[in-house]
Amino acid sequence: MPKLTFPRMGESWRTFKMLLEDLGNEVIVPPRPSKRTLDLGVRYSPEFACFPLKILMGTYLEAVEMGADTIITTGGVGPCRAGEYAVLHHRIMKDLGHDIKLVVFEPPRIYPFNFIKNVWTLNRARLSVKNIIAHIKRAWRKLQALDNTEKLSHVVRPRELKRGSTSRIYSKVIEWIDQAQTAEQIAEAEMAALEALRSVPQDPDRDVLKVGIVGEIYVLLEPASNLEIEETMGHLGIEVERSMFLTGWTRDNTWNETVEGMTVKEAALPYLPELVGGHGRDSIGNTILYAKRGFDGIVQLAPFTCIPEIVARTILPRVSRDYDIPVLTFFLDEQTGKAGMTTRLEAFADLMRRKKHMRKTINTLTG
Amino acid sequence: MALKVGIPSALMYYAYYPMWKTFFNELGIEVVNSGRTTKNILDNGIREALADACVPIKLFFGHAVELKNKVDYIFIPRTVCLNGKTVYCPKFLGLPDMVRYSVENLPPVIDVRIDTREGRFSLFKAYLQIGKLFGAEITKITRAYLKAKSALGRFNRLLRKGWSPAEAISYLYNSKKSFARHGEYNLKFAVIGYPYAVNDSFISVNLLDKLRRMGVKVLTMENIHPLLLLLQRNCSLPKRLFWTFSDTALKAAHYLFRQGRVDGVLHLTAFGCGPDSLLNKFIELEAKKHCNIPFMTLMIDEHTGEAGMTTRLEAFVDMVRRRKEVYSCRS
Repeated sequence: MPKLTFPRMGESWRTFKMLLEDLGNEVIVPPRPSKRTLDLGVRYSPEFACFPLKILMGTYLEAVEMGADTIITTGGVGPCRAGEYAVLHHRIMKDLGHDIKLVVFEPPRIYPFNFIKNVWTLNRARLSVKNIIAHIKRAWRKLQALDNTEKLSHVVRPRELKRGSTSRIYSKVIEWIDQAQTAEQIAEAEMAALEALRSVPQDPDRDVLKVGIVGEIYVLLEPASNLEIEETMGHLGIEVERSMFLTGWTRDNTWNETVEGMTVKEAALPYLPELVGGHGRDSIGNTILYAKRGFDGIVQLAPFTCIPEIVARTILPRVSRDYDIPVLTFFLDEQTGKAGMTTRLEAFADLMRRKKHMRKTINTLTG
Repeated sequence: MALKVGIPSALMYYAYYPMWKTFFNELGIEVVNSGRTTKNILDNGIREALADACVPIKLFFGHAVELKNKVDYIFIPRTVCLNGKTVYCPKFLGLPDMVRYSVENLPPVIDVRIDTREGRFSLFKAYLQIGKLFGAEITKITRAYLKAKSALGRFNRLLRKGWSPAEAISYLYNSKKSFARHGEYNLKFAVIGYPYAVNDSFISVNLLDKLRRMGVKVLTMENIHPLLLLLQRNCSLPKRLFWTFSDTALKAAHYLFRQGRVDGVLHLTAFGCGPDSLLNKFIELEAKKHCNIPFMTLMIDEHTGEAGMTTRLEAFVDMVRRRKEVYSCRS
C-alpha cells in the first residue's frame, strides 16, 4: 500500500491525516519544519527559490526518509511560482534518485477531471461518493474547529496574566480536537477547547494593541516558517488578527457583514487592479480593510524574493500614508533570526502605542 | 507642439519598442525614450524601487525617473498576455501601479491592459483605447496599428538575422547602416536570458561584446525562430512555465542542447529574479543530460563588477576552447 504524505501548514495536518485515513490510506505525517528540514531544503533547492519551496523540499525529503512514497500537493495556474512547485520538486527528487509519485490537485474549477481522478486515486477504501462527501464535510468541520481555537488564542494571549499560559493550554486543547472523530465529538471538543482558552486568567484592563497580519499564505499559516510571530506579538501585548486561514472563515463571515461592506478585492482595486498572483492583491486589500476597522498597525509577512508580495510592498507605503496606518514588512528566509525579528517588533509596538496615546490625547483635548 | 510620450528603455522596450514608436508616430505623437542605461539611471532606480526587487525592475524605475520631466505622458502598458497562453512575471502585471505609487511627480501614466486571452481582437482593442485617449479617429488608429504591426514584423526579421534589439532599432529609425558581422569567430556560444538583461550593455557589463572580442560568436534567444521553439512543445515537463520570457528561454535551452550546434551555453540571470530561480534549475537539469555542451550561470545585480565578470568569462572560454582542441586532435 502506498504511504502518503503532504506538506505541513500549521495545525491543518491533523485534518488531512484524518481525511486520508478515512479514505483508507496509510499516512506519514512529516515532522514539524526544523533546522534540519531547512538545511535539507536549502541544500537541494535553487538558491533564489522562495522560502516555502525550500521548506517543502526539506519536508518531502524528511518524509521520504520516513518511508513515504506518494506526495499530495497542490498545483496552480500562475503567475505565482507556487504553481510550478510540484513540477520542480518532482524533478529534483528524481535527480536525487527518489522514485516518488506526486498527486497534484489543480484548481477544480479549471480542471474538474483532474480533481475527480485524484480523489479516486486516494479513495483506497472504495467508498461511495456520498460517503466521501460526508468525510470531507467532517474534515472541513475539524479544520474550522482548529482555526476557531487558534483565532481565540490570538485574542487571549496578549491579555494573559502569566506569560506562556495560553500557549500551554492551546497545545493541550488542540490535542482534544485531534482526538475527536465524529461530527458531534468535534463540536464538543471545540466547545471545550474554547472554554478552556477563555478560562485562562486574564487582565481585562491591559492596553492591548490590535494588529492585522497580511502576506503570503504559507508563511502566514506555518508558525515554523514565521518564527512563531503570532506568539511573539501576543507576548508583547498585541492582539493579532490574521487575514488568512485555510477555511477562509474570516473572509466569508466578517468582511461582508462589517460596516464597510467591501470585499478584499474591491478595497484593493484603486491601488492594484490586476491579479498579480499569490496573495499580493489580498495584502493590499486587507491592509485597507484593517485600517478602516481602526487597527493600530499591519505586519506583512513575505518569503524572500516572493514576486507578488514585492509588488504589494512597493504599493503599500502609499496605502499606509493614505490611510494613516503603520506597516511593517518582514521578508523571511532561512537566514532570518528570531532575536532580530523580536527587536523590530518591540520597536514597532512602541511606535504604535505612542501613536495611539497621542491620538487619544488629541481627542480629549479637542473633543 | 506635438505631444510627447515617454517610453522607458527597459523591460518590454527590447521586444516591442518599434511597434509602440510607429504607432504613436502615426498618430502624430512624438516618442521619447530614455536612452541607454547609465550609472545615474541605475542609481535613481535603486533609490526609488524596493530593495528586494530585481535589477531589471530597478532599472525600469530609473528609466521612468529619467523621463519624468521631459514628457507629457509616460507609456507603461500592463502586458498580461500577448500570445493567448502564457502571462508575464507578476512584476510586469503590477508595473504601472508600482511605478505610479513610488515615483513622485510622475506625468500621467498610460497603463492600458493588454491581454490576448480575452478574445481575438483584444490586442487591437487595447491600441484602440490608447488612440482614443489622444482623440484620434478609428480609421487613423487602425492604419497606425497595422503599420505598427508591420514595423514589429520587420524588427523581428532583423532579430532572426542575428542582430541585437538595439542594432535593429537603430537600423529601423536612425540609419540604414548594416550591422552584419564578419569577424573571426572560432567558437559559438548561446546566451540565454531575458532580452532586457542580456541586451542592456550596462547591466550585463557588456557581456555580448566581451564574448565577441574573445572570438566567440553569440546567439541570443531572440535570434531563434519562434517556430523552432514551438516544436519543443512543453520540454518534457507536465506543465509549461507560466511566464512568456521564461517559457521561451527554457525552450531555447532545450532546442540548443538537443541540436548540439553550439560550443557552450550561458544563462544570464538577475539576482532575486523569481521565475529564473525555477528556470535556472530546469536548464541545469537539462544541461546535465548533455555533457558535451558546457553550461554556466552568470548572475548580475547592481553591484556586478567588470573584473569579476571578465575573469569568469575568460576562464569559461579558455576551457571550452581547450576542450574543443583536444577533441579535434583525438579525431
